[in-house]
Amino acid sequence: MITMNQKHKQRLAIVLLIVVGIGSAVALAIAAFSENMLYFFSPTQIMAGEAPTTRLIRVGGMVSKGSVQRAPDSLKIKFDVTDYAHTISVQYTGILPDLFREEQGIVAIGWMQEDGSFIADEVLAKHDENYMPPEVSAALKAAESSDN
Amino acid sequence: MWAFLHKFSSPKYFYFLSGRLIPWFAWSCLAVMLVGLYYGLFEAPPDYQQGESYRIMFVHVPAAWMSMFIYMVMAVAGGIGLIWHIKLAEIMAASSAPIGASFTFLALVTGALWGKPMWGTWWVWDARLTAELILLFLYLGVIALNSAIEDKRTAARASGVLALVGVVNIPIIHYSVEWWNTLHQGASVTKLDAPSIHISMLIPLLLMAVAFKLYYATVVLMRARCEVLDRERNSSWVQDLISAK
Repeated sequence: MITMNQKHKQRLAIVLLIVVGIGSAVALAIAAFSENMLYFFSPTQIMAGEAPTTRLIRVGGMVSKGSVQRAPDSLKIKFDVTDYAHTISVQYTGILPDLFREEQGIVAIGWMQEDGSFIADEVLAKHDENYMPPEVSAALKAAESSDN
Repeated sequence: MWAFLHKFSSPKYFYFLSGRLIPWFAWSCLAVMLVGLYYGLFEAPPDYQQGESYRIMFVHVPAAWMSMFIYMVMAVAGGIGLIWHIKLAEIMAASSAPIGASFTFLALVTGALWGKPMWGTWWVWDARLTAELILLFLYLGVIALNSAIEDKRTAARASGVLALVGVVNIPIIHYSVEWWNTLHQGASVTKLDAPSIHISMLIPLLLMAVAFKLYYATVVLMRARCEVLDRERNSSWVQDLISAK
């Protein structure tokens, strides 16, 4: 029976209390732990000294254009990661994911060095939220370059 | 309005109405899904960056949407069951949980298959992925509570409270990609400005989302019908149904 008597109002209040109570408790907890819930640090945060050098960290940003240097005789690779405000240099040895290329978002997992460079144990590619056919992407790029 | 709801919430009326609705949902699900898959797999162009691999999106994204949508349906039905003790709401909540768990599992598996070639890893503990995994555990908790408690009304009350507690996870899943630096990219479709997905890819994606919704409607009604028969097995209308056959 769908009615709203005293008992139903009480139960509704309890249900709302559960949702609102748990919601605000979790919101507070998330706000308190927000720094630890970052999946990666940006180059700016690293430059500001927010990232520790004593443990494994993740760095995220774009691979700078023209910065990728591959060793001719090994899988060693060196490139710069930038958030367009600051840039750090990353070294890595191994196989890179398909989406790794210049001006592509990546996340590198590894250690900060004393000299401010970063040695990665693992490199992951982060793709953006844009999905479009190659022709549209080419047309956008052409429009952009004719604007400049 | 109340009279209609009251009528609909009677198990007997629900049983006969849902029996008539199920074929409609099932056939339209099949039709929309076939069209969606055809457009997604054959008509939509490859992506400018991800090539053909992005096509797993046509299963992954609707599955992830459904995992959250079904959870909200389950929690609201659980809440209605808690407040008004409506049997049908409890049945809908209990019937939704396994379907929601399946969609969550599907979203996690297709995400891993997509992540390996694109990101370079099957799994990372970033906020979006972890929150979706917690959603799977919440579903499993609701299923476990429902099957562990013998008395159906008590089971519905316990699992209803768990479902309501878990509601907090839904906005976390949705906004995780905005609140934190995650490996998972941001929203392409469910954002306020224009979707950042080309129309030729958006249409099959939305078709698949509709098909998944219709699939859920079909399966949840089928499950709920079985549950209704089980719970009402001693009532006169079920006895009449059996003796008529």
